[in-house]
Amino acid sequence: MDHLDKLESRSIHILREAYSEFNNICMLWSVGKDSTVMLWLARKAFFGHVPIPLVHIDTSYMIPEMIEHRDKLAKKWNLDMIYGQDEETLAAGETFPNGKATHLECCGRLKTDALKNTLNGNWRRYRYNHNKDEYELDSNREPYTGVIVGARADEEGSRSKERYFSPRDRNNDWDIGDQPPEFWDQYKTDFAPGTHVRIHPLLDWTELDVWEYIQREKIPMVSLYFDQGEGKRYRSLGCAPCTEPVESTASTVDEVVEELKTGKFANVAERDGRAQDKEDGGGLEELRKDGYM
Amino acid sequence: MNNKTEEQDLNLVIAGHVDHGKSTIIGRMLADTDSLPDGKLEQVKETCRKNSKPFEYAFLLDALKDEQAQGITIDSARVFFQTDYRQYIILDAPGHIEFLKNMVTGAARAEAALLVIDASEGVRENSRRHGYMLSMLGIKQIAVVVNKMDLVDYDEDTYNQIVEEYTDFLTEIGLEAERFIPVSGMLGDNVADRSGNMDWFEGKTVLEQLDSFENAALPHNKPYRMPVQDVYKFTKGGDDRRIVAGTVAAGELNVGDEVVFYPSGKKSTVKTIEGFEEDKQHKVKVGKATGFTLDEQIYITRGELASRADEAEPQVSARIKANLFWLARQDLVKDKVYHLKLGTAKVKARLEKINRVIDASNLNQDEAKEKIERHDVAEVVFKLDKAMAFDLAGEIEETSRFVIVDDFEIAGGGIISEAMEDEQSWVREKVMRRNYNWEQSLISREDRAEKYNQKSTLILITGEEDVGKKPTAKALEKRLFNDGKVVYFLGIGNLLYGVDADIKNGDNGHKEEHLRRLAEVSHLMLDAGAILVVTAVELTQSDLELIKTTVNPQQIETVWLGDRVTTDLEFDLHIPEFTSEAEVSAQIKGLLQDRGIIFRPW
Repeated sequence: MDHLDKLESRSIHILREAYSEFNNICMLWSVGKDSTVMLWLARKAFFGHVPIPLVHIDTSYMIPEMIEHRDKLAKKWNLDMIYGQDEETLAAGETFPNGKATHLECCGRLKTDALKNTLNGNWRRYRYNHNKDEYELDSNREPYTGVIVGARADEEGSRSKERYFSPRDRNNDWDIGDQPPEFWDQYKTDFAPGTHVRIHPLLDWTELDVWEYIQREKIPMVSLYFDQGEGKRYRSLGCAPCTEPVESTASTVDEVVEELKTGKFANVAERDGRAQDKEDGGGLEELRKDGYM
Repeated sequence: MNNKTEEQDLNLVIAGHVDHGKSTIIGRMLADTDSLPDGKLEQVKETCRKNSKPFEYAFLLDALKDEQAQGITIDSARVFFQTDYRQYIILDAPGHIEFLKNMVTGAARAEAALLVIDASEGVRENSRRHGYMLSMLGIKQIAVVVNKMDLVDYDEDTYNQIVEEYTDFLTEIGLEAERFIPVSGMLGDNVADRSGNMDWFEGKTVLEQLDSFENAALPHNKPYRMPVQDVYKFTKGGDDRRIVAGTVAAGELNVGDEVVFYPSGKKSTVKTIEGFEEDKQHKVKVGKATGFTLDEQIYITRGELASRADEAEPQVSARIKANLFWLARQDLVKDKVYHLKLGTAKVKARLEKINRVIDASNLNQDEAKEKIERHDVAEVVFKLDKAMAFDLAGEIEETSRFVIVDDFEIAGGGIISEAMEDEQSWVREKVMRRNYNWEQSLISREDRAEKYNQKSTLILITGEEDVGKKPTAKALEKRLFNDGKVVYFLGIGNLLYGVDADIKNGDNGHKEEHLRRLAEVSHLMLDAGAILVVTAVELTQSDLELIKTTVNPQQIETVWLGDRVTTDLEFDLHIPEFTSEAEVSAQIKGLLQDRGIIFRPW
């Protein structure tokens, strides 16, 4: 087995454990490369089927191609697609692009709060109806007790502390100092009522692993990751106002892989273009404790 | 990252006593091999500047605020770095005793370990404890790094004393270090570059040592083992495959192989090996997350261990002897129900006996201790609620390891050294032989359930004498029969004088054999698709356990009749009093509807 085979088998094993051990799980799909690889792994784990609902948090500031790509794959791969958003904040316009919130406040509302309340069923969920080809209000408001997330340990400090199965308590708190032990492929799958778990099948993958796997498996990626002739591409995707493309002429998966291996990004952190990481020394950790992915 | 043979990346753990300099050595390795992303070093230096702290290599790992505040590593952070030879994933293991469970988390996944000892402090409690844990976790490649040599003026004698003392300790626990290396993580001596301060040392540097570690080999040449994660039947889009899914723990499997699932002993033949968007495979090897379909539809579930009929079979028992380490704050005690998880099996377990408790920090033994405390290591006997399939340590490691769950948390880990006899062993052996040789019909369990519009079930009606068990059973049979169900009341007397005729009457010693035969007859009736009603006087939990060894526990419903409950039976339904058989049989019918055994109209 080569490096990618090993990563693939471990991730599939974890996805299957999650599916067998939890009644009410979902998978977060941001349409970015990591969670799309995770979705691909789910199709492998379940032999072409995806028996787990996919949840997308739509901040309404997403780059439009991302929503198109999401709905195209949802149709093609027959996905149980759900989205949720912070409708109140959006209606009041209290966002960073409107000048009415800082970066962190904006992320806190449109991403963290929206995620928390979409998962626990307090806010509205919209589910894709394959027959009608449209999203409709989801009558199911059951909270999800397990959430599968595409976080990688190499992204930044706080993520390197995650477990494959990482518990969150009633208040969504993450006690970094007192996490369950994890060894011999045994994970924390027993939970007290009211608590829930984050599952991280991609924890061991690096950015390069992800791209090499996309290359090997020919996984369809949103075009934003590739230069369309203007000498720019996105390395990491997020909301349009807060995510800057990088200067790069890589226009295919092969070129992206080559660039990561030997080019100018070989030693530059991936999230360099993301504003919220810089605002505060422990920004991401604070957000993560509060439920940010 | 270019030109690395990706196949060779190696998981490495750095262990040792608190403050002996693990993080410094890692930070130094990252920096000296140019393995840091451009942003990282600046970010950490900037944080140091803001906090008016001098930069240290250890800070590279301590990316978290609260961790820096405490000044100790609290978790097994994953760090990636590479030498010219290969890529490494470092699992940093905190040296503070409070975080032993984090150390275990990091160390369990390692293929090799560096154990760091402070030259100025010498061998300390956690130097030994971590060594012991590495041996229990099965890490066989270990190098010992004697750090902070600069603090002892690079003195050879100090180094030699530590080498001698720690070698003795490792020998006692059956380990041997591949090498000892004197270094200074702070100043970089013998980490990436050979030190000019220790001419007396001619061995490898830390990086040279790392590159000489071998990748852990997966158990290719062992008998095939695959814990069953699930049996999938996704019908969307007309998919009619029924796929047994799991990750191969040892050996390999081919299309056409006869597979046997334990503990049930059920047997079938591999029809196809399944995948998604890949070429048809005829063989699947160790390490692969896979799935296969079978020639015949046998009923198996998550938790069974798949093996090959032409290879050594696994052990099956409900009593095990094991070596165990305990991580939880709450003691491990007798008379408490825990869960034991091995592979994908999960069973209730009780601590039956403590043979001896070992203090891993000094190897002192205690044979009188009545409980196992946090950080203890012990040899114990567990009694399981039902039998489980496994292998013994030394035969197949992957399927000999288990964890104990206490109050929702993984509280300890163990390695099985012996499968012991238990009360149900003799019945289980018969059942396994029966399953192994079972002649499979063309009609599956599901086919029958669909045809008869019911799930075959054994209803055990029990209670004290003369509370109306038999009239109730007969009334229930009549009621279900009138509803059009396939139902049968089996009188115990009908068995006693027929099937049991060769067993001496009135001989109490044969109760278990009577029960076994009752269960076997029930098994046949259930296989035929029937709902079977049986009565028994004061059934105990252990009677039920024996029946469950033979009949699928998910197909049994127990009803206790009468207000006085006189045994320890954990029944499904209790009917304390009733005025007519019609009333009580209606209640039992309601139970069957609740459980989805028979249909409930709107």
